[in-house]
Amino acid sequence: MKKYSGYLIALGLLMLAPTMIYPVFLMKLLCFALFASAFNLILGYGGLLSFGHAAFFGGASYITGHALKVWGLPTELGILFGAAVAGLMGLAIGMLAIRRHGIYFAMITLAMAQMAYFLFVSSPFTGGENGLQGVPRGTALGMIDLQNDMSMYYFVLAIFVIGFLIIARTVHSPFGQVLSAIRDNEDRARSLGYDIERYKLLAFVISATLAGLAGGTKTVVFQLASLTDVHWHMSGEVVLMTLLGGLGTIAGPAVGAGIIITLQNYLASGPLAAWVPVVLGVIFVICVLAFRRGVVGELRELIKRQF
Amino acid sequence: MLTDLLGFPPQVLFGQLLLGLINGAFYAVLSLGLAVIFGLLNIVNFAHGALYMLGAFATLGLMKFFGIGYWGALIFAPLLVGIVGIVIERLLLRRLAGVDHLYGLLLTFGLALVLEGTFVKLFGASGIPYSPPAQLQGGINLGFMFLPWYRGWVVVASLIVCAATWYLFERTKIGAYLRAGTENPRLLQAFGVNVPLLTTLAYGYGVALAAFAGVLAAPITQVNPLMGSNLIIVVFAVVVIGGMGSIVGAVVTGLAMGVIEGLTKVFWPEASSTVIFLVMAIVLVLRPAGLFGKAA
Repeated sequence: MKKYSGYLIALGLLMLAPTMIYPVFLMKLLCFALFASAFNLILGYGGLLSFGHAAFFGGASYITGHALKVWGLPTELGILFGAAVAGLMGLAIGMLAIRRHGIYFAMITLAMAQMAYFLFVSSPFTGGENGLQGVPRGTALGMIDLQNDMSMYYFVLAIFVIGFLIIARTVHSPFGQVLSAIRDNEDRARSLGYDIERYKLLAFVISATLAGLAGGTKTVVFQLASLTDVHWHMSGEVVLMTLLGGLGTIAGPAVGAGIIITLQNYLASGPLAAWVPVVLGVIFVICVLAFRRGVVGELRELIKRQF
Repeated sequence: MLTDLLGFPPQVLFGQLLLGLINGAFYAVLSLGLAVIFGLLNIVNFAHGALYMLGAFATLGLMKFFGIGYWGALIFAPLLVGIVGIVIERLLLRRLAGVDHLYGLLLTFGLALVLEGTFVKLFGASGIPYSPPAQLQGGINLGFMFLPWYRGWVVVASLIVCAATWYLFERTKIGAYLRAGTENPRLLQAFGVNVPLLTTLAYGYGVALAAFAGVLAAPITQVNPLMGSNLIIVVFAVVVIGGMGSIVGAVVTGLAMGVIEGLTKVFWPEASSTVIFLVMAIVLVLRPAGLFGKAA
């Protein structure tokens, strides 16, 4: 039980948080925390730098928005459908990208995501530059009215917890261990008889699906799906969140997402609003040069040295 | 004529072909710069698009503050941006030696955000026009199409620079060092060659190539802080298609992709923005190592 006490405290705080903090902001934070955690599965544990995760996040965002607004699907089904489509996109892009290594993997995912971006821009159902507006929030499980921000918050929190548990379970499963082994030494894992392509692909699909879960949920919260969610800047932002929080740590990406979203929110209302990309860029450079373990990674190192 | 049979007037076809060749020339020069940098630094330079943009802005700045026109800018803008590149390499990229190559991509991505964000803040996101030099205004009617002199010049100038780069790498002493540095930097260092200096120069040269493309582009596309950010992603796809192993491969792939894109604009305009990514996907299925790459 002691092992999980930190997480239980965090969950308790998250349950109480909306009484003190604006719930819509918290929901945004949770969506991005889930997105970054899903991304960490492929970068932190798989060692594969995907520069195209916006395609899954933003793609699911559009699909969920369309399913709820035009088809009138129930909210939870719409979100699951968005996640499933993101998973299929992950399968298609992943099959191409795992054919190359390292830097090429990053370039391929970026290029494929850009292709997805152009397809979404030109498809009539996305509303192009205007985005998909007025997506209904609907009801959760046909009972709870999600128009209310408080009930919406607990709905989002439940999705986040489920997604986070899936990620934690995956990381600590034998599958996750093999994935880390492939990250550390691909040739050794191969010589031990593991079909590394299959492991990489499955990890990529899981990561894409959960990124889609986050994207679909975000659409329901803001009742909007827009081009920003599929743009490559978003792919860069999720890399930054994960890096800042700590690559390959369970809690790191959520922490990183929290810092970046809070910072963006804070800057957006101040005189530095137009400088947000520059600030993010500077954080990027600092993280890469001096802070590669990230916040959680550094803390873990500090605790290790203390005891 | 075949083109008339297909219902496309030859002017449209050849016009788009020429545009395709121009884009292809930019792809060639930019992917060549990426390949030079990757060879010695093992870094994919995400800031390449931003530095291309910097080259175009340097052209404007040279005009405004020093009265240096197009021809001067063709020399001085790449030189200036090359110096910026050398500073970036010395101050930042050098610190990543021995770290996973992916961090180089992330660092240069951050740099691209900083550069583009700053220029958007300073100059806005709309374009600033720059007129081609007096000597290259107007054009010639070739019978089947009208060829603006400047557009022809862009293709020729790009090819000259690519050929010069090929000569530098394949036929000179310093080129031999650069190739040796790509193969085995430690052994080269042991022979008494200053490899860190060579690395710095290679980054400066690759970046200068990007800036050169930026100067060429200034009179064609308006000078815009974001002119490089979408371009660089296409160039990445070109690099995946061609592989970064050979100079000739980079140039041929760049030009070919430009032409394919141009032809797609004629026959299937909706697909023109995605066709290069589609080609990349097909190449990855059929020849995962890339057209000119060696199998890993």
